This record gives sequence, C-alpha cells and structure tokens, in this order.
Amino acid sequence: MIDAGPSLVETLTFRAGFNTSLVVAGTTLLGLAAGVVGVFAMLRKRALMADALSHATLPGIAAAFLAASWLGAEGRSMPVLLAGAVFTGVLGVLAIQAILRYTRLHEDAAIGIVLSVFFGVGVVGLSYIQANRADGSAGIDAFIYGQAASMQPSDVRLMAGIAIFGVLATALLLKEFTLVAFNDAFARVTGWPVSLIDLLMMALVVLVTVAGIQAVGLILVVALLIIPSVAARFWTERIWLLVLLAGVFGAASGYLGAVISSMLPRKPAGAVIVLTAGGVFALSLIAAPARGVIAASFRRLGLRLRIASDHLLEAAFERGDHLLSRAAVDDLATVRGWSTPFRVLLLFRLRLAGFVAGSTKAGVSVSPAGLARGQRVSRNHALWEQYLISDADIAPSHVDWSVDQVEHVLSDELIARLEARLAERGISVPAPAGHSS
Amino acid sequence: MPELSPTAARRPTNLAERPEHSPDSPLSVHAMTVAYHRKPVLWDVDYDAPPNRLIAIVGPNGAGKSTLIKGCLGLVPRSSGQVEFWGRPHGEARSRLGYVPQRESVDWDFPVSALDVVCMGRYRRIGWCRPVSRKHKRASLDALDRVGMADLAKRQISQLSGGQQQRVFLARALAQEAELYFMDEPFAGVDAATERAIVDVLRDLRAAGRTVIAVHHDLQTVPEYFDDVILLNMRVVASGPVAEVFTQENLHQTYGGRLTLLAEAAEAVARAASGERAP
Repeated sequence: MIDAGPSLVETLTFRAGFNTSLVVAGTTLLGLAAGVVGVFAMLRKRALMADALSHATLPGIAAAFLAASWLGAEGRSMPVLLAGAVFTGVLGVLAIQAILRYTRLHEDAAIGIVLSVFFGVGVVGLSYIQANRADGSAGIDAFIYGQAASMQPSDVRLMAGIAIFGVLATALLLKEFTLVAFNDAFARVTGWPVSLIDLLMMALVVLVTVAGIQAVGLILVVALLIIPSVAARFWTERIWLLVLLAGVFGAASGYLGAVISSMLPRKPAGAVIVLTAGGVFALSLIAAPARGVIAASFRRLGLRLRIASDHLLEAAFERGDHLLSRAAVDDLATVRGWSTPFRVLLLFRLRLAGFVAGSTKAGVSVSPAGLARGQRVSRNHALWEQYLISDADIAPSHVDWSVDQVEHVLSDELIARLEARLAERGISVPAPAGHSS
Repeated sequence: MPELSPTAARRPTNLAERPEHSPDSPLSVHAMTVAYHRKPVLWDVDYDAPPNRLIAIVGPNGAGKSTLIKGCLGLVPRSSGQVEFWGRPHGEARSRLGYVPQRESVDWDFPVSALDVVCMGRYRRIGWCRPVSRKHKRASLDALDRVGMADLAKRQISQLSGGQQQRVFLARALAQEAELYFMDEPFAGVDAATERAIVDVLRDLRAAGRTVIAVHHDLQTVPEYFDDVILLNMRVVASGPVAEVFTQENLHQTYGGRLTLLAEAAEAVARAASGERAP
C-alpha cells in the first residue's frame, strides 16, 4: 500500500472511510442475492440463459441513454438506464425462447446467437454515443466491466432491497421452484402454472443481473449467479442448505472481493469479486467432503480395494486352500494390475475386515470368513455369467457383478434355473453355509 | 397401409355419430392427432378407457406410446382432437390424475431425498408458499412404504438404484391419491424386486377401484400383469380386454414384419389363450 490508505483490518470492519464501506456493503448484499437466486438458475439449467440475459442488457442501456437525452432528460440517470437494461435483457431471453420454439436450433446455438448479436448492437450503440454525444456520456461504458467505486448510498439501499426480496421470494417459493426445476412435466400434470413459476425464477435473475451490472459489469455478473451455487453443490445434497450455502458463498465473495480490490490500484472490484468466488469454487471442488475431488478419489480407491479383495478371496476359494502362496499372489497382482503399494493396502484392508488371518513369507493365510466370502463371490460370478449366456435378452441392465448377493437382484425362481443350467455344464455353486438368503 | 382391423373399421367416422361421452369412462380420446415438426406421431386416435382396469399400451418403438400419454395430459400440443376425463375437460379433472413419468426424463443428480420427491405428489394439496406439514410427510412416507422403500426415505435420490428410483416415482404418484394413473414405462430396466413391488401396487390400485394406463414394452408379461391392452402403432390397431384383443393377427398388424418380436408374441399369446395368470 503505497499511499498508506486504510489497513486491511479497517476495510474488513467497515472502518475504511464511507465510500469504501459503501462499496463493501453493496457488493456483499449483491453477492448474497445472486448466490441465492442463482441456485435455481443452475438447477433449472438456465445458467447460460442468464449469461445471454446480462449481455443483452447493453443495447438497452445505450438506447435508454439516447432516448433520455433526445427527450432532453439527464441521460445518465440510473433508473432510466436500468429500465432500458431490463427491457432488452428480457427481450433477449424472449428471443431465445422464440428461436427454440419456432426453429429446430438447440439451446446452445440460440443462446450464442442472441448473446453475441445483442451485445454487438450494444457496442455499436455505445460507440455512437461516445462519438456524437460525448458530453455527459462519461462512464457509460463502465457497465461493461463494472465500476463498484461509483456506488452511491441509494445504490446500496437498492441492493439491500433486492437482497431481501430475493431471499424472501426464494424462501417462500422454495417448494414450487424445486418442483419445477426437478420435474416440470409432473408439475404441469398436477396443475402448477409452470410458465408462471419459470417467469418468477427468471424475474429474480433479471433483478439481480440488472442490479449487478453497475458494480460487477455485465460480462462478469453471471459469474456471481453461477459460481456460488455450483460451489455450494459440492458440499450438500439438501436443497435448503444449498440455497443457504450459495447465499453465504456469494456474500463472502462480494465482501472479500471488494475489500481486496480496495487495496489494489484502480480498484477492479468486479473482477476481484469474481476471482474470489472462483477461489471458493476451487476450494470446494478439491476439499468438499460430499462431492469434492479428494473425497471422490478416496471413494474410487475404496471401490478398487473392494473389487481387488473379492478377486483375491475368490482365487483362494477356487484353489481350495486357505493358504494362498506368495507366487499365487504375485500372479494375481500381475494379472489384475496391482501395484506394490496397492497390494500392501489391500492386505491391510483384508486383515482389518477379518478376511485374512495373517501374511508370512510363505503367503497369505485366508480366514474361514474370507473363504466364505470367496465362495459367495465365486457363486455370484458364475450365476451372472450363466445369466448373460441364457437370460440377458430379458434385461442386461440387471447384471451387477459387485452385488453382495445375486438373490437380491434376480428372483429365486430365476436363480434356481441358472443353477440348474450351471449343473448341466458340470459346475456346482452352492451358497456358503449360514449366508443363504 | 394394411387393411383396417375389424375394431378400426367399426369406428364411426362422423363425430356426430359418436355416443355421448360416458361419465363412467375415466378417459375418452377422440380423433387425437399429434405431430412433432410436421411428422405425425399419432394419427386420429380414438379410445375410451373402461373404469377400474389395468390397461397396457403396447406397440413397437416410435409407435407413439409415450406420446399418447403426454397428449392426454397436455404435455405435448395436440394438432387436433379432444380428451376428456369422466366426461369433463382436463382442467376439471387434474386432481384425479396421477402420473409416473419415464425415469430417464429427469436429472437424478438433484439435491433432494426420496421422501422429498414423494412429497411433490402432495404439493398441489398443500398449496402455494406453504411448507410440507407433518400430515403430508406421513402420507408420503406411507406411499414409500407401499413400494417397500420406507427405510430409504432419507437417501439422496442419485444414490438410489434404477429400480429404487422407479419406485420413488411410483410412490409419488400414490401420494397423489389419484383415480386414474398414467405410467410411462414403469417396468423399464427394473430389478426383480421392483417388478414385484410395482405389480403388487398395480393390483392394490385395481382392488381400490382405480384405473391404470401404462406404457409397457414387454409383450410376454402383458397377459399376466394387465386386464386390457391398447395396441398402438401411430393409430390404435385394436383395444379391449387382453383375452379378446391380444391376438396373433392384431400383433402382426401392430408390429408389422418384426420377426423376433413375433416369435415372442406367439409365446405370449399362447399363454394368454391357455388362461395362465399369476395368482
């Protein structure tokens, strides 16, 4: 901090002067609203639609400026510009719907067309304004990248209003939004006005988008809608918690982003807020216990270990010997592609589960429980093989090699038939004693 | 075009000649045509469902089986035709209609539990903006119990097997407490336990005086599971009680020259003729 401005702590605690505090409060509220409202844009798979919407606001801003100055009014009046933004933003969404309805184009193409064409019109409008009406047009291009520093107390009040409204509306309509986002056909059959509910969801997105373009800019505002809910999705499987977390992540991004950017030269608040949200996302992606990458790779390892131990126990059972010699284990490792560390882990897991009594230089000693498990696995595999040979034309999707008991998936009658067919081929696969279903 | 079957030929072509819609018939479809992008999928479908029956819609791929259900429920726009429920328009009968969509029609990686999904069947009763009360939760749990899934109520839906997901959808329809149920491929890709659970539920529904219309893809089980059948291939080839309509000749008309299916059908017809029914 070259200019010895307010310290980080002062900024964090709203003591860094009126203007900075105003910006921090405004972007925090915006982040809260965008996070909450964005959940259903994501769940309804409308995230890109929101992007098109925000880009489509630009021609409206330009047109509103021109219309107001032709009428002799103050062109830069915020309510006028935002009204224009809402108008063309909604027009853009309607254009997408119309393209989807009356042509055979897919949604991605429709969104791409509308987003770029509307934005192009807006850019042309802005250059016209800057060339011909330079007086009073200063800062109008700030809508593209955002200019949080220019926030006024009235803007913060507006953000507060929108945040309260967005949170309340989402809380009240949580049930309806969830239903339509999950299964709109069922909602329609049971008599819910799906179009109206969709419209309400979209209206909230429009509200937040338009409120956000001043602070974050119309290119980046969609990030505030999408990132918090996507990050929150890594942490929870419950809808209300998802909404809550997305709100918290959004607010935290707005708050931290504004504080950090106030320390930087030229204060690029919008971009820093989005980058902060990106950081929250990256952290969630990696570390979240429910669906994060680390948790997922542990689960994958667990599955690999389970399959490998089934293979080992099956081999022990089929050799008819509780002692699996070292050479036999080596063979298995080569055939199955087990690395040395994986083997160590595998034996540890087998001992922990009580399937292996001990392992010496001579080999691995499988416990009676392990042999029984091996017998069941061997039986399951034989039954599935026979099923694939003789009955899979009925439903191949039933085949699941990893199930503990085939009997839970196939009917007893079918199992009996499979056993009979196997017996014809000279294969006997009795169920282990005490494990029969 | 093959020659019209006797059932089709008997159909009066003049709308005015049709008998007045019976208020007893849970579903009356008249001259329904549905087209997607200029290509008709259903052509001039007429059908009156008898009450309190389990009715299968059977036909080859692309015959418009799902479209028939969706056209009745207003989920796809009808190019022409009328649909009435107990002699009344759709709007007046909504609360009496239950629906089980195709399992693949939704994204199961959605942050709700099995019980949450079943509760959706009660939302219309609960009304706008009000949370799900304990009474409705209990009704939904009962519905889950009827499909043998009470112990999985709290499970997140993406962690359920395909068959369990299908049972959740069935439970949601039960929670609607409807009188006429539309089911789109309820038996598609399910395990033996689920198939038994669904069959039990269908029989319970019939015992309770309900009507079920289900898209069914397995010809072999039609005589065992259903009372009536609609043979559909763009138009209704034949419809009525299984014993009368589920014949070699009608199936041949429905499926055309698909030989493997016909062999299967022959077996099913033989079993239907010998009166073999599950207990």
